[in-house]
Amino acid sequence: MNQPVPVLGKDLIGLEPLSREQILTILDTAEHFKDVSERKVKKVPVLRGKTIVNLFFEASTRTRISFEFAQKRLSADTVNITASASSVVKGETLVDTARNLEAMRIDMVVMRHASSGAAKFLAERIPSHVINAGDGRHEHPTQGLLDMLTIRDHLGRLEGLRVCIVGDVLHSRVARSNIFGLLKLGAEVAVSGPKTLLPVRMEELGVQVFPRVEEALEWAHVINVLRLQLERMKGGYIPSLREYNRFYGITKARLDAAPRDILVLHPGPMNRGVEIDSDVADGPNQVILKQVTNGVAVRMAVLYLLAGGKPEIAHTVREAGES
Amino acid sequence: MIIRPLLIRGGRVVDPSQGLDEVLDLLLVNGAVSALSKNVGPAAEAREIDGNGLIVMPGLIDAHVHLREPGQEHKETIASGARAAAAGGFTAVCAMPNTDPPIDDPATVGFVMAEGKRVGVARVYPMGAISVGMKGEALTEFGEMVEAGAVAVTDDGRPVMDSGLMRMALEYAQAFGIPVVDHPEDLTLSRDGSMNEGLVSSRLGLRGKPNAAEDIHIVRDILLAELTGGRIHLQHVSTRQGVDAIRRAKARGLQVTGEASPHHLLLTDEAVDGYRTEAKMNPPLRSPEDRDAVQEGLLDGTLDMVATDHAPHHYDEKEAAFDDAPNGVVGLETALGLIHTHFVLTGRMDLSTMVERMSVAPARVFSLPGGTLRVGSPGDVTVFDPQGEWVVDPVRFLSKSRNTPFAGWTLKGKPRYTVVGGAVVWEEKQK
Repeated sequence: MNQPVPVLGKDLIGLEPLSREQILTILDTAEHFKDVSERKVKKVPVLRGKTIVNLFFEASTRTRISFEFAQKRLSADTVNITASASSVVKGETLVDTARNLEAMRIDMVVMRHASSGAAKFLAERIPSHVINAGDGRHEHPTQGLLDMLTIRDHLGRLEGLRVCIVGDVLHSRVARSNIFGLLKLGAEVAVSGPKTLLPVRMEELGVQVFPRVEEALEWAHVINVLRLQLERMKGGYIPSLREYNRFYGITKARLDAAPRDILVLHPGPMNRGVEIDSDVADGPNQVILKQVTNGVAVRMAVLYLLAGGKPEIAHTVREAGES
Repeated sequence: MIIRPLLIRGGRVVDPSQGLDEVLDLLLVNGAVSALSKNVGPAAEAREIDGNGLIVMPGLIDAHVHLREPGQEHKETIASGARAAAAGGFTAVCAMPNTDPPIDDPATVGFVMAEGKRVGVARVYPMGAISVGMKGEALTEFGEMVEAGAVAVTDDGRPVMDSGLMRMALEYAQAFGIPVVDHPEDLTLSRDGSMNEGLVSSRLGLRGKPNAAEDIHIVRDILLAELTGGRIHLQHVSTRQGVDAIRRAKARGLQVTGEASPHHLLLTDEAVDGYRTEAKMNPPLRSPEDRDAVQEGLLDGTLDMVATDHAPHHYDEKEAAFDDAPNGVVGLETALGLIHTHFVLTGRMDLSTMVERMSVAPARVFSLPGGTLRVGSPGDVTVFDPQGEWVVDPVRFLSKSRNTPFAGWTLKGKPRYTVVGGAVVWEEKQK
């Protein structure tokens, strides 16, 4: 019997293990799903009868809701489990939680967890599809994908673009997914931030390092501004939020001084006045809410492809369910 | 108890303590070496072992083992650990004090000694804690612990962060003739790291511990040994600069010794890729340059001995996300095969040096009986088949735990008989 090779494999753990073609397939498939959300009846029967568990061990509003909308618009049945309500607080191990879910015959798990590698750990132990919705400081692949889709929407390409990730790269799963994905699609990637918040040996990953954000803005076509977790100050990584804003904050003055128009992304939630000033966050160069909209389409594409949907007939969802 | 005499005939005796490497007969009577020569005459009642093709060496000693008892018997017990030691060719082990409660008073030292004797397999020599409760604040009763059987003091697993306390430990220990043993790690640098800081940690998004965390404490300990005239033993050295610092200290005549673990000798932080918790230990697996430097240090004697840092953990504890899994790997049942296969058979180390690093040196540094087959010494002998090929299968370990990064490795060379006090305490079942 000739089993078609699944486009993505069993799971989506990160962008590092994916090929350029796989990433492009997801982005192209997402294009077809964009307009499902623009209709009056925002539902297609693609995942009817599929059961999906959203297993969130860390607080999340945006990502969890984005996944949930994507699932509901594809007609899947979903259950949300959050850490505070789960048996994890009663001492159950991650493996046992997963096995219990599995025993209820589910099809997919979308998981966020505070430990790097947790998604891979789960994926190796249960037969259901696993989608990583953020594991520690490792990857957040759907965020990386929606960032790339948004850049491509606005600049028409990724190849040859210069994208700089600004801020707390050390603790950021968004940064790693951006780096791995953008490099595969032929973009040039840099990071900029206080050295205390940059991982070591980034150059060996093919990433440029700008210690001062002004140099980064001189270089970049696109910047992806990371959220500065307020607890980094307590950890001693930066002396104060005020100083951070002074030297690394994305301000209108800094953008105006750059030699070209720079597209500004932010994965949210924003700390206005810390890593990004309000006149930038609300300004003409930002595409922050476009990222949020694209997030639903990208997640629909990932769910569709993991469930065995064929990329070459994804366009049929445009007709399907139309009222 | 009367022990039957044991006569090992015609084995290749490798004993660097006497500069010996030749085919001899070895007779053990009443728990001690009674004769070591060509053609020992028949001994009444003796069990005879045909040593043809086998290597006969002073019993191996592992100076760094976690037996987990008291308090964590689900990981290992003194009994299971001692049996695992014997199965790995070790006739003696030093038990680390980070138990629950810690071995930090003479009564607990006495318990470990007594339990080791009751089990009667490999000899068990406890190390006592440096500080009460291993809290890094006040010195324990070194003198009373030594009288109860402790062979050294260490807060292994919890580095002594207070340099003033370390100075006093190095001074106070001198009267009792024991070295101070340190797990060198500056916790303010390693912070909450869970692997080596490097390219792999950057890729995997795991928190890294830089080499400097270890280097700084190695250098500090050396300076304090110089200041006090004390003896410092540095555990599981894993960094290039750490090895260099010890080499220079030795050249200056300081009383500094060090150990290398099989995993730091043979693996790098690439082994963590895929978030493999069986490659998580402290200090972490480092870069290829560091691994090469540790190898070089062991070969030239900068690092005096191989010590496994046998650190058993229950299956459930390692079956977790990387950050959530405990540090440590088991080592007793793989060390000899690993060193023989990867150092002796590759021609980088002769058998004599292997025995020096795995038996003679630990006996010397910790003033333990053994480490020699001189007539009159304890009858602690490892008989080793250098041809025996085997595949590491954790399910077959006698240790209670299975957490090894070497599962599936094919090794050449395995213990055939482990003899403690003239009695065979472990032998390989012949098919």
